[in-house]
Amino acid sequence: MPVDVGLATTSNQLITGGLVAYSLAFVGYAVRAAFGVRVPDADAAPTPARVLVGATSPAGSATAGAPTSVALSAGAPPSGSAEGTVLDGDAARARRGREAVGPRDPATRFGEVVGKVAVVLTVIGWVAHGAAIATRGLAVHRLPWGNMYEFTLALTFAAVAAFLGVLARHRRQSLGLLGVFVMIPVLLALGLAILVLYVAPAPLVPALHSYWLGIHVTAAIIATGVFTVATASTVMFLVADHYAAAVSRGRSVRFAAIARMMPDPGVLDRVAYRAYALAFPIWTFAVVAGAIWAQYAWGHYWQWDPKETWSFITWVIYAGYLHARATAGWRGRKAAYIALLGFATVLFNFFVVNIFITGMHSYAGV
Amino acid sequence: MTSTSRPDLQALEAEVDELGTRQRVRRPTLASALGWVRWAWYSLTSMRTALILLFLLALAAIPGSIIPQRGSANPSAVRDFVVRHPTLAPVLDHLGFFNVYGSPWFAAVYLLLFISLAGCVVPRARRHWEMLRAAPPATPRNLYRLPAHQKWTTELPPQQAVREAAVFLRTRRFRIAQHSSSVAAERGYLRETGNLLFHSALLVVLLGIAVTSGFGFTGTVLLKEHDSFADTQIAYDSFSPGRMVDVGALPPFTFRLDDFHASFVRSGPTRGAAAGYQAEVTYTARPGVRPKVTTVTVNHPLSVDGVNVYLTGHGYAPHFLVRDGSGRSFDETVPFLPRDGVFTSQGVVKLPDARPHQLGISGFFLPTAAADPFTGQPISVFPAPDNPAVVLGVFSGDLGLDSGVPQSVYTLDTSRMKLLAKGVLRPGQTLTLPGGQGSVTFLGFSQFAEFQLTKDPGKPIVLGAICAAIAGLLASLGIRRWRVWVRAEPDDTGRTVVEVGGLPRTDASGGFAEAFDRLVAALRTRIPPEPAGPAPFPERAGSPSLQVTSDQEG
Repeated sequence: MPVDVGLATTSNQLITGGLVAYSLAFVGYAVRAAFGVRVPDADAAPTPARVLVGATSPAGSATAGAPTSVALSAGAPPSGSAEGTVLDGDAARARRGREAVGPRDPATRFGEVVGKVAVVLTVIGWVAHGAAIATRGLAVHRLPWGNMYEFTLALTFAAVAAFLGVLARHRRQSLGLLGVFVMIPVLLALGLAILVLYVAPAPLVPALHSYWLGIHVTAAIIATGVFTVATASTVMFLVADHYAAAVSRGRSVRFAAIARMMPDPGVLDRVAYRAYALAFPIWTFAVVAGAIWAQYAWGHYWQWDPKETWSFITWVIYAGYLHARATAGWRGRKAAYIALLGFATVLFNFFVVNIFITGMHSYAGV
Repeated sequence: MTSTSRPDLQALEAEVDELGTRQRVRRPTLASALGWVRWAWYSLTSMRTALILLFLLALAAIPGSIIPQRGSANPSAVRDFVVRHPTLAPVLDHLGFFNVYGSPWFAAVYLLLFISLAGCVVPRARRHWEMLRAAPPATPRNLYRLPAHQKWTTELPPQQAVREAAVFLRTRRFRIAQHSSSVAAERGYLRETGNLLFHSALLVVLLGIAVTSGFGFTGTVLLKEHDSFADTQIAYDSFSPGRMVDVGALPPFTFRLDDFHASFVRSGPTRGAAAGYQAEVTYTARPGVRPKVTTVTVNHPLSVDGVNVYLTGHGYAPHFLVRDGSGRSFDETVPFLPRDGVFTSQGVVKLPDARPHQLGISGFFLPTAAADPFTGQPISVFPAPDNPAVVLGVFSGDLGLDSGVPQSVYTLDTSRMKLLAKGVLRPGQTLTLPGGQGSVTFLGFSQFAEFQLTKDPGKPIVLGAICAAIAGLLASLGIRRWRVWVRAEPDDTGRTVVEVGGLPRTDASGGFAEAFDRLVAALRTRIPPEPAGPAPFPERAGSPSLQVTSDQEG
């Protein structure tokens, strides 16, 4: 079936529009953070307190301690040890206390409005982004994830969707700064897609003529998108945790101005963990679906093709992360570094393996 | 408050220690062999070791994706690598870097990991089995010391309050143990069940792979149109059986390639890319049954008698009529292997029976021939046979087939041959050899298809185990496991005091506090607080400077 050139052009225009909206949203999130809207929001209604005995939560890690229960006993030691987080250390509590009380000044209100506009812009950009993918698919009469350009479009779409999902779940917390950290990779990836990876729409090679494309690649796209948001959250967690630990020891830190904008490290860590715990089974499924498809297309379900190998490495590293979170001495920051390593392997698989290493998955189109 | 002052909670925490980190045994001081074995075993099965092994596995997998591997899709890559790195290659070869995933050190890492896994899963499965049959642990003395706690007074008598709580918790799918003045409840056992299922399933995956490598086989065969294949070892071009395969008793099916059809993209940026190919085959599952006709395409293998037949490649087989000097003619249709995306195909024809000298033809088949704009040489510009031509060199002399050295059918050893003639032929054209040594006529071409035949008896095991693993993973990551205790006792004034304590057994993703709040809010409708009762938290609410902020998720 011939490619519909008009629709393909529409797709290109839509993605440009989406990029503009995302860029403005990015600025909005940054402005919001700069105007000092922090977590928790001043208007978040305090829930009735419950007594937390002991600063550490037993089963979860220090970082994953029962979140509602900000320690009330004044004598509670900071739960953060060397690599732990100060969920309820004096400094963090004071910081929160300061934010919880106090009238809202015009600057803060301005920041809030900008933040809301940023969310609206994100949604608008996301809709345009989705429409761009849909029109591209209609133009080529197939699922539009057959080359790196299309794949990048789809996975950034998934990343923004995951980010919006996080925002929806955390409506009362201004995780706005997460917007900055999510929009940076999304904007970079989209810019790269448009400038470098772009290929004109075309049909697929026979090996990709399978409904497994829809299953295997879609799962990989969703998992990668969620991993992206999780990674953004992990980076923020590391900054916030580093800051909190330094403050609790009375040391100064660099970039404290940015660190102070961060939401609570415990919240960030939990956002990240939830995202990893969601993405990991999806990634597992993507790898398995790929193996099943390989079985039909290539005659082997697993033959250590470079792409397979790196997917496996990613899987192993994230499995390591999940185990590290449950292992004494590895929680908190160490586990976070493992997660970052995991995302590094995702990026390696996408950029280096696709472009520089030949294998059975050579569909990059660049 | 330090942990030492709350022994009951500490005991609970020890029990909560979900992933076996508790299994730490002191390094043996005595030279006791058993002590060392036990220490080694516990060290191997500890989570820390498992983590390190996981990272080692990831690390060990990397070289295989960078250094070319034997038996991969592109076998000549290893040869090229060896040529380019003459000093490094033998070292790498010796260390197994050209076959990473079959190397002893890679096997060592994953086998240690699986032993570690088994050593962790088995005791945990036993503990879990015991726990599944046991009642939830008895109510701790001081419920207020638990991570989540609520307290109120009610007009219900203590006995009734306990009964209400028990019924309520049961409807919330808690497993309960009712005591005289309290209820102990726990739910989310499926989390650990899923966790164990996931890890055991990984062991089964390894088992499935072992079954395949023992009882499976894989082979390739190249068939021209109208060629037949019978499943015997000799019929394969390459064949690698598992250790336990009886190569004399392969499944007795046969099949024939009736017709092959390839189509290519004719316009647009991917012009020349394959658009689809299909092989029409007739197969006979067993001798004596009726032959069946089917189509094999890239994503749709033929499955016959436990063997899957995959279409893995295709190409052209030019058809020649060769006459030798003695006037004898040879009708040869020989597969030429494609060398590039436009199917510039290379091949040789060997005629050992030609007289007076053996004849050899080395040449290229160009499906759509055109003149190179710079050199004027004939090249192929499109993979479909729109304008087929062959470029040939004809040699005479000794083919070297009797030297005893195995030869590839796709290369011509011209060291003891001399070039007689060369030329470009279109279908029907003839190249006459000088000195009455005969002629070569290019009659046309047929197509060939390459098939891979695989028997993989471990595959259902692997597939089933992987499905179980994913199900287990979802349960172990998605289910909350927690304990709740409700105690109702009369206080000094005769009122019933209800206390609820909650303990998450894992709360990695948070949300325990919210779940506890929701549960207790529902419980309060069953055990209503006294209308004029004190505030919910009498013992703590007195602190006026308290800044309580909500950190919870929406």
